[in-house]
Amino acid sequence: MKIDALTDSIGEWLRGTGPESDIVMSSRVRLARNLAHFPFVSRASEQERLDTEALLRERIAASPIGASLEYIDVGHLEEIDRQFLVERQLISREHAEAQGARGVAIDGREQVSLMINEEDHLRIQCMHSGLDLAGAFAQIRAVDEEIEKVVPYAFSAKWGYLTACPTNVGTGIRVSVMLHLPALVITRQIDKVFRSLHKISLAVRGLYGEGSQAMGDFYQISNQTTLGKTEEELIEQVGDVVPVLIDYERRAREFLVRETQENVHDQVSRAYGILRTAQTISAEETMQLLSRVRMGVLLGLIGDVTIPDINVLLVRTQPAHLQKIRGVELDTNDRNIERARFLRHHFEGGSEPVN
Amino acid sequence: MKCQHCDRQAVFHITELETGEVRELHLCEEHARTYLNQSEAAEAPPGKPGGMGTPLGVGQTAEELSVLDQKTCDMCGISFFEFRNQGRLGCPHDYVAFEKELEPLIANIHGAAEHVGRRPQRAAAIPMPADGTEGLTRVIGLRLEMKEAIAREDYEKAKESRDLIREIEETWLGPPTASPSPSEPTP
Repeated sequence: MKIDALTDSIGEWLRGTGPESDIVMSSRVRLARNLAHFPFVSRASEQERLDTEALLRERIAASPIGASLEYIDVGHLEEIDRQFLVERQLISREHAEAQGARGVAIDGREQVSLMINEEDHLRIQCMHSGLDLAGAFAQIRAVDEEIEKVVPYAFSAKWGYLTACPTNVGTGIRVSVMLHLPALVITRQIDKVFRSLHKISLAVRGLYGEGSQAMGDFYQISNQTTLGKTEEELIEQVGDVVPVLIDYERRAREFLVRETQENVHDQVSRAYGILRTAQTISAEETMQLLSRVRMGVLLGLIGDVTIPDINVLLVRTQPAHLQKIRGVELDTNDRNIERARFLRHHFEGGSEPVN
Repeated sequence: MKCQHCDRQAVFHITELETGEVRELHLCEEHARTYLNQSEAAEAPPGKPGGMGTPLGVGQTAEELSVLDQKTCDMCGISFFEFRNQGRLGCPHDYVAFEKELEPLIANIHGAAEHVGRRPQRAAAIPMPADGTEGLTRVIGLRLEMKEAIAREDYEKAKESRDLIREIEETWLGPPTASPSPSEPTP
């Protein structure tokens, strides 16, 4: 595989479909699971990592879900391919940078990914486009139920699913939604919103997970606790707050249009102008500008671009994607030049087909 | 941040409360150990170490801490000190071995101390015992015993451990499956 095949396709979560997809980019659920008869990954010997990797890979491949999955041996990938999978949100940055036997199994639509030997022996992730936590949970649950039939998950009646870090113990579930909140950023209400989220013990992160800075007005909201509540309750905890945030963002967008239409129109047009004409541009600036253009499209201020188009550009202008598309390794300077060329070409109507 | 006493990275961030005075300490693993042992000898005031990945119950004295740190898991061999340091446990049995120590920490993180979510549904032939998967986790310790027995050329004992491991694993995982080669995963 397979990585090269992925270069030409796009992940399901980038389709820009699903409920509330003007604001909610994607809904994700992940489960942390461990084998009962091996030390956790950070304590495992090289041989034990090989054993857990082989056991999980083989048993999952032989299970009913095996046929729909492609396995990638992350331990033997080039750095650029590992980075590519991170940009695609199929593996975590930690998984890309770790050592030893490890892998990921993904389905053709890039909705399901199973990381083997991440912080836990198994991290199952399911990602849907738009606001669809219930759909993502139903799918991940079905996957989890197939796997628990073929491997013994570490479990205790008292603590639930046992995880390498006590912050994940219990359900092992992390529920998150990725939101695009440009109007709350422009109207300077975003900090207030986040402070109130922290009070109800929800975490806020950037686009690329733990420790990543929020870039281009994209924010991930997720649960912080995993014990003492059922999976459904934890999903509800995140799911309940999303409509409120959507409502805030919509109202801020209306306010911008009503009170500062010229200003906003100018801002998004300039952003669009730079993307179409720049000769060299960084990944950060690209993201920031695409975010503004995305808002412009949603406000009806820019007509000739679609939301899926922008979602795809957000990922394809990332460093590893750009290099995979061009088929050569590039340093930062050359990447910035190539990125600008890619964007100009795309907006001139020479866009490569989406999927 | 550097350790106050040397150039290594400070991994322990200790706040001492002494008669209304707050004193902060930033120490590497080695100096933290020395410091904690010292304060034990000198009848230290109640300390409240905190900071990244140093999960401790409130109100533990340096003395209690020092004793606690030496506690190890008899399956994977990790000490509580190592866990405090890395923030990652060594194996599933740690939740039993360090139960008393983890309880306040977990309650603090989650605001709860009891799992109420899903349980793994095992195949009908191999139901989940009341104590969860502890019975299977035992093989982590048995593997260690087997290794040690081989090292001291006690092959009798090594064979005993090996047979026991096989027996337990078979009960839980079923008979070993024929392994497909890594390059051709079973469809």
